[in-house]
Amino acid sequence: MAADLSLVAGGGSRAAKKNQLPSGLGGRWHLPVPPSPTLSELFATHPRDGGWAGFLLAQLATDKPLLWVQDRMAILESGRVHPPGLPSQNLIHVETRDARDALWAMEEGVRCAALSAVIGEIWGDPKILNFTATRRLAVASERSHVPCWLVRLGGSANLSGARMRWRIESAPSLIHELDPRAPGLPAWDAELFRSRGSPPGQWALVHEAGAFHLVAGPRDRALGEKQRLTA
Amino acid sequence: MPDLAIERWGKSSDSPPDALVVLTVEGTHGLIIHAVTRAAAGRGARAGARLTDARALEPALIAVPADPAGDAALVERLAKWAGRWSPLVEIDGDGLRLDVSGVAHLFGGEGGLIEDVRRCFAQLTLTAHVAIAPTAAAAWALAHHAPCICDEDVATRLTPLHVSALRLDADTVRTLERLGLKTIGALLTVPRLALARRFRGAEDVVDALDRALGRKPEPLTAAPVEPPPRSALRLEEPATHPEAAPQALGRLIPGLVQQLQERHLGARRLSLQGFRVDGSVATATVATAIASREPKHLQRLLSDKAAALNPEFGFDTFALTADWTEDLSAAQESLVDEPSGERELARLVDRLTVKLGRSAVRRPHAEESHLPERASGWVSAVSSSLSSNVRDEFRRPQRLLDRPEAIDVVYATPEGVPRRFMWRRAVHDIARVEGPERIAPEWWRQPSSARLRDYYRVEDATGRRYWIYREGVIGDGRGGAPNWFLHGLFG
Repeated sequence: MAADLSLVAGGGSRAAKKNQLPSGLGGRWHLPVPPSPTLSELFATHPRDGGWAGFLLAQLATDKPLLWVQDRMAILESGRVHPPGLPSQNLIHVETRDARDALWAMEEGVRCAALSAVIGEIWGDPKILNFTATRRLAVASERSHVPCWLVRLGGSANLSGARMRWRIESAPSLIHELDPRAPGLPAWDAELFRSRGSPPGQWALVHEAGAFHLVAGPRDRALGEKQRLTA
Repeated sequence: MPDLAIERWGKSSDSPPDALVVLTVEGTHGLIIHAVTRAAAGRGARAGARLTDARALEPALIAVPADPAGDAALVERLAKWAGRWSPLVEIDGDGLRLDVSGVAHLFGGEGGLIEDVRRCFAQLTLTAHVAIAPTAAAAWALAHHAPCICDEDVATRLTPLHVSALRLDADTVRTLERLGLKTIGALLTVPRLALARRFRGAEDVVDALDRALGRKPEPLTAAPVEPPPRSALRLEEPATHPEAAPQALGRLIPGLVQQLQERHLGARRLSLQGFRVDGSVATATVATAIASREPKHLQRLLSDKAAALNPEFGFDTFALTADWTEDLSAAQESLVDEPSGERELARLVDRLTVKLGRSAVRRPHAEESHLPERASGWVSAVSSSLSSNVRDEFRRPQRLLDRPEAIDVVYATPEGVPRRFMWRRAVHDIARVEGPERIAPEWWRQPSSARLRDYYRVEDATGRRYWIYREGVIGDGRGGAPNWFLHGLFG
């Protein structure tokens, strides 16, 4: 089991680079969350990596409908939302032509308190997505208490008004309890590189039974800083 | 409108007005003349004759194929436009029938109404024969044979007209002519009983007479049971500036909302019509997710679309119609100060739909199917209410590509698990794999050449999880080597 877990915590080259010992499942640890609903930005390290969706969906409340906005390029490059794979089918999906319409739809959604969350996927680095646009979303989200997630696919971490900024990458999954050859519980390498109210950090996570667990110990912060600079 | 076809042709072509042109349609024995220009009529050509006969009289005739569908479309457009005079307009062959009871005084009496109709049609350079009569059949007869206003005594007006004015079929008319009954007056002198005995069934002359003289009701079939709530605004001068429509909207909405309130209705679909001076109508339509009669919300929905209406040569009338309404009792309005989730959500859907279009704002709609792209259908959020029919499913990816993308896969033939695949020019070594999950084609709706799919959940060496499938197996008789596709991404 221990050998298997070491593979989980970052098999192959990654484990060697990070030089981390797996601490296994079950460590009491809480995911940093903002004190009140706000705008969080989430970068997929690679647009062909859908891992961020699992990380994001695990954090959402499902009591109220969800507004999911995708611009056309995001749909083409990394697929359309597939309701049977989501925890709740109670969602409104909006497909927009470009980032301008997507931001408009997100802002309309964020003002509507009847939503559980607003998710917006935007491809690349459109000019319209600047500090002002993200700041507007953050303020609207804090006013109406609707959490807003801005998902950036194939974009770079430029100036932003988001209160929390995550970078998510899929990690090799845990061992399946019945079939060792099958993918098990999905794991993610999550990096919180900007955050208000909580220290940034890097973690390897899984989500099970309603909570996030670490599969590797907390990383050295200095290492995290350096990685961000080189990224 | 007796000369509609030829006038429409004349407007669309640039031939001189004295051209010898006839419009023709295909008949049983060659081409039949459908309409003629005035010049051609002077040389003996007439509608209904065969083209060869007319050519015998005047060899220089130019034959042009007629366009009955286009003519019908024009009549339909004119019928909508004629809504400026009366709410009840019915298309009747090449003419229009308007119910003007209680309407004429708005135009200064029946004379004023006819004058207005003639003037508007003259502006369109269309010939219109207009008649007003107490019965629809009499109006038709007068319009076709002697255009005038007929107040009370229908019989005297109709007496000098030929029997064909009663809209009888050609055989009956010929029989009547042979009997010497050429005018309606002559027909009226014959005892009813004798007429009824001689003409029966389809050629019921007595019935036609009764309808013309008002002894038997002939309602307009276009009449809706209850007209939808509508408010209209007539302008003194045609407005050409683009702000006219939003301004008119501001004046129309209170009237409409009052009507909705009186009838306890809420609007689901609103259309703003701008009647242009040149006889066309510009329409802007919005739909709402739940019935509403709140002026602010309606104004907000329509104002963008109203501003986009193109005035062209100017609007002279605006009308706002709630053409789809639902019952909305007053009790629901008390929630306004504490906005309920459903109303908030419906308004959000309205706003998104108005700007982005119906097909862009959608809700999931589960279908009874195992094919993933069919099982997760979508319906427009405006038309559907909340439905959460979550089914107990196998693990499905969070994201699905609209079109499965072909990938190159290394696998153990014929049905082994995949080892490595190449997608978008990047190689993925498969570290873990689960499957297959076999989904058979739906033979009842797909062609017989459709192949089964074996889905695998795979995870590559870096931990990215995908949903790929092999289409077909070797030797299933439905094509050559199976192809592999990438269909979904797991989170």
